[in-house]
Amino acid sequence: MSPLRPLGGPALEAVDVTRSYALEGGTVQALRGVSLTIDQGDYAAVVGPSGSGKSTLMHLLGGLDRPTTGVLRVGGRDIAALSEDELAEVRNATIGFVFQAFQLLGRTSAVDNVAMPLVYRGVRRAERRARAAEALERVGMGHRLDHRPAQLSGGEQQRVAIARALVGDPQVLLADEPTGNLDTRTGEEVMALLEDLNSAHGVAVVLVTHDLDVAARARRQVRVRDGLLEAPA
Amino acid sequence: MRVAEAWRVAVTALRANRMRSLLTMLGVVIGVAAVVVLVAIGTGAQREVEAQVNGLGANLVIVVPGRLELGSAPTKSRLELGDADRIGRATGQDVAVTLSSGETVRFGGNEAFATVNGTNPAVPEVFVRPVARGEYLRDSDVDTRRRVAVVGAGLVESLFEGADPLGRTISLGGVRFRVIGVFEAVGSSGFGADQDSEVHIPVTAAQRLFGDMRVDAFALKAPSTETIDEVSAQALAVLADRYPDEEFSAVTQEQILGAVGRILGLLTTVLAAIAAISLLVGGVGVSNIMLVSVRERTREIGLRKAVGARQRDITLQFLLEAVLLTTIGGVIGIALGVGGSLGLAAAVDQLPAVVTWWSPALAFTVSAAVGIFFGVVPARRAGRLDPVVALRTE
Repeated sequence: MSPLRPLGGPALEAVDVTRSYALEGGTVQALRGVSLTIDQGDYAAVVGPSGSGKSTLMHLLGGLDRPTTGVLRVGGRDIAALSEDELAEVRNATIGFVFQAFQLLGRTSAVDNVAMPLVYRGVRRAERRARAAEALERVGMGHRLDHRPAQLSGGEQQRVAIARALVGDPQVLLADEPTGNLDTRTGEEVMALLEDLNSAHGVAVVLVTHDLDVAARARRQVRVRDGLLEAPA
Repeated sequence: MRVAEAWRVAVTALRANRMRSLLTMLGVVIGVAAVVVLVAIGTGAQREVEAQVNGLGANLVIVVPGRLELGSAPTKSRLELGDADRIGRATGQDVAVTLSSGETVRFGGNEAFATVNGTNPAVPEVFVRPVARGEYLRDSDVDTRRRVAVVGAGLVESLFEGADPLGRTISLGGVRFRVIGVFEAVGSSGFGADQDSEVHIPVTAAQRLFGDMRVDAFALKAPSTETIDEVSAQALAVLADRYPDEEFSAVTQEQILGAVGRILGLLTTVLAAIAAISLLVGGVGVSNIMLVSVRERTREIGLRKAVGARQRDITLQFLLEAVLLTTIGGVIGIALGVGGSLGLAAAVDQLPAVVTWWSPALAFTVSAAVGIFFGVVPARRAGRLDPVVALRTE
């Protein structure tokens, strides 16, 4: 496969995006017209109470979902023009996901967990493992290559997950409550790691969180309430 | 690369649920083993009958009254002993005659039920019936209705309890016959008449014993394979001349083999089809467990899609898992089936079983096909999962 590589311009761009869901009692509008741009090397926090639409916004920015109306560009490409499989390629090339619950595969070693995105880019196994080891080195987990998730602490698991997000050299790290399952000190270390990756490697970081202390560390905050941005950045 | 990864993931998944995988395979194992064993038994039966028919002697032509068709009622014979001479003159071949009936044979306090064949000296020329000891019937025995008998090897055991039967007197339906010969053992099989418990007496003596002045059938041997049709035609022409209103048939080994082969082939197919039903049930089990597997790994599917897996990557992964289940089950089933067939053939000599190369090959192909057929619905369901929904699943 030839990955649909990111084009120039902003890493992520939402223009007057809405997203509504059909439920039994009618439709629910989760987003009611949101415009947001994430530039290359950006460091933004999306905050808002639960039910505000911030999860929906994150899914859209990550190319996991499609807007009901409006334009969404991931890596410079309008995703309305992409098939599901093409969108998967764009995600693979552009976005690195970091989840609150880590989402590591339990029976798989750290290095193979990290290498997984490269499988879908058609990279050979030996090279996958070499690049995965490199990514683990970058997050300070070079000594834990063959450990399974259960043999690692929460902070270590999140580092492995960050390495997995990094391994494909994405433009954006999309982190959904990355410190939500960690204690304060470990959470602090994970944040420091994300910030280091942002400043030293120029990867844009988008934090989705309801923790205002975490959000305050970002260069700018985007507040979501009732499906709208409160203070457009 | 992607296929290799899908393969690795499938193997890992099966190993992670060892017990469940084995139980799911069991259905396929039993189905495949049953197909292989039943096909082996069917094939063995076919080979056995072929060997027996071939063992009758080469280029054999049997002339019977009536039209010979499968399922047609036997026709009452009007053939006479003199017709054998007429056919013999027309074809230039020895003609064996036969008139047979089941009779109780007694010797001392023992008795046995045997097929009593009224025959003539041409029998050893036409059929393969070597006499082990003593001698066969002669023309003079037939001419004088001498009450002499040649007995099958099986009767030596059951009637004479191993003692030398030559010169002893046996009773056939109350009439006494002197034993002048013993056939070589043919070896019994589960199919067809047991030739080792036959008694041959002069056809003339049989006619008197049974109170029937006709004969059942003639048999003669063509000099070569090429002349079988010619000899058959000559024999039938003689009979058509003598009995213009009657029909007669000349049956060759090929025809017997063809008829028997068709019946046994059908039987084998039916047995294999019944066994294949269990394979189908095994396939349903695979489908079921694959749905469970997809549900269990919904979050993994969501994650894989989030990091770039396409629909077909996920579908392939689960399809491979299903095919792996059924083909491993298939291989185990083939091993059990082949082992079982060989064991059965060795342990029970009434039940010959022959494993042909094609039945394991077919069983393997079918089990792989079962995996694809029953795996495709769960696998496609996995491939179509919405990553957002899948990632949220607990």
